[in-house]
Amino acid sequence: MKTWIAFWSILKKDIQNYYLKPPNISWGIIFPLSWTLMQMIRSSGGVNLSGIREMLPGLISMSILFGTTSMLAVTITFERKGRSFDRLLLAPIPLGIMVAAKLSGAIIFGLFNAFVPVVFAVFFVDLAGINWGTLLVGVFLIAVTSALLGLVIAVSAKEVFEAQTFSNFFRFPMLFLCGLFLPISSLPGFLRALSYLLPLTYGTDLLSGSITGTSVLPPVLSVSLLLVFAAVLFAFCQHNIRKKWIM
Amino acid sequence: MNAQDIVTVTNLSKYYADFIAVNSISFSIRRGEIFGFLGPNGAGKTTTINMMIGLARPSCGFILIDGIDGVKNVKKTQSIMGIVPDESNLYDEMDGFNNLCFCASLYGIRKDIRETRAKTLLEQFGLTQAGNRPFKAYSKGMRRKLTIAAGIIHKPKMLFLDEPTTGIDVESALQIRQLLLKLKHEGTTVFITTHYIEEAERICDRIAFIAGGSIVASGTVQELMDSISHGHTICLTADKNLETLAGELQVRFDDCTVKSVSDNSIILVSEKQIALLPVLQYLDSMGISVFEAKEQRPALVDVFVKVTGIEAAKLKTEKEKGVVGK
Repeated sequence: MKTWIAFWSILKKDIQNYYLKPPNISWGIIFPLSWTLMQMIRSSGGVNLSGIREMLPGLISMSILFGTTSMLAVTITFERKGRSFDRLLLAPIPLGIMVAAKLSGAIIFGLFNAFVPVVFAVFFVDLAGINWGTLLVGVFLIAVTSALLGLVIAVSAKEVFEAQTFSNFFRFPMLFLCGLFLPISSLPGFLRALSYLLPLTYGTDLLSGSITGTSVLPPVLSVSLLLVFAAVLFAFCQHNIRKKWIM
Repeated sequence: MNAQDIVTVTNLSKYYADFIAVNSISFSIRRGEIFGFLGPNGAGKTTTINMMIGLARPSCGFILIDGIDGVKNVKKTQSIMGIVPDESNLYDEMDGFNNLCFCASLYGIRKDIRETRAKTLLEQFGLTQAGNRPFKAYSKGMRRKLTIAAGIIHKPKMLFLDEPTTGIDVESALQIRQLLLKLKHEGTTVFITTHYIEEAERICDRIAFIAGGSIVASGTVQELMDSISHGHTICLTADKNLETLAGELQVRFDDCTVKSVSDNSIILVSEKQIALLPVLQYLDSMGISVFEAKEQRPALVDVFVKVTGIEAAKLKTEKEKGVVGK
């Protein structure tokens, strides 16, 4: 009970202090919206409404990835620099629970980001036939793995600008290798192998399957692999936190 | 471990590659006492605190806190500790009241209880009016007081304070010292590092001096002062010039050493107790009235200078300028 009081307080504090701040709310709306508009007008210089449904998996993935990794990496680095993060390390709660509380805020922010393009698309195209169950699972798992990548960055960065730089180092290669812009099958052999090492590849495939029915891998396999990624990243982050933050 | 000890540190060391930050130190802290940890910059004070509170992992050694292994069972020991770091580390965006409530929630305290305690502490520290202002708008003294309030909101058995009065106004420092004494009377054990030696002398029951990663002296304030005191020293101040009489006094009272310190003052130094009456009678017969006789004892600062080889004033200046690290 005591542990959950602490968990809830950390989550609530992060949501109030960081995620519900006007700049972040506007980022959460404007960023996915800009991507959507950009994709709509990318071909033939005019607005292309018919392709929105095909674009949705990519837009949702990008929105989650960019929102979640940035926010967690920046907020943790910010708290560490101001030493308020020490308060959390000194709290008598298991390290895993504290880390999970920090991750939860970023995951919720990622979920919020994910549905901005969906809400936008509702006004323009018929979204009937979407497998919402698989979509929700996919969105949640992308948010979890992206938040964990944000945490990997936060553990390595000492300054906020470093966190931002590291975030881009991870995000942009992932975007181009996860099958969003180019089908994985068209990539050279070594890049194809690399793309299957990225969690976003499986998340995007799950979303594609649920929205357009064109997944490459069976959904169960993608979900299982994403869970494995999440577990490995969580363990890696905990190990690194113990090693780097508790000197 | 002695039953009256709440903390026992045994052969505690911390190495960073080739650098030895703390070198096999051992000490114990008794329940309900204020224990001072003093030393120059880079002596190993903060590293020691960090190992005790779980922010640093000892290279070797043992820490026993209230019967719990403080190395293997850090989270359990953290539940009975209150920690006040040398820099205020609350949340700038949150107001004072919510900062306190948040800190209490980390110890699993229920909402109604933490809100009551936060209000009480704000009142106790004279911060009620500032309770709804963001922490970033607080003055340095107010920040310090709120950070201490955050450290005690869960009513810890043991409170760690790293330089609690550094850089704050005299009134706030006085309030903090009074609070520490009050906490002690309520049974809280306090571990404090400070570079204000006079402050440590005033409030600490026992003190350890650390230098170069090793404890160079420890004991009660009296024990430490006695360790460098050899005999008795009395300073006499009179209404007339005593300098010319110093030689004659030395001949008459040869069981002590007579030194002239100024025109109207002399110092008598002896291994044994000094019988004052014969001296006063002699001076009276010479038409000299003594209006002050004061025993001079070594201060804690003298012990500090002797054991660390560092001038206390230099230490204070460096600390306040933030020239050297913790």
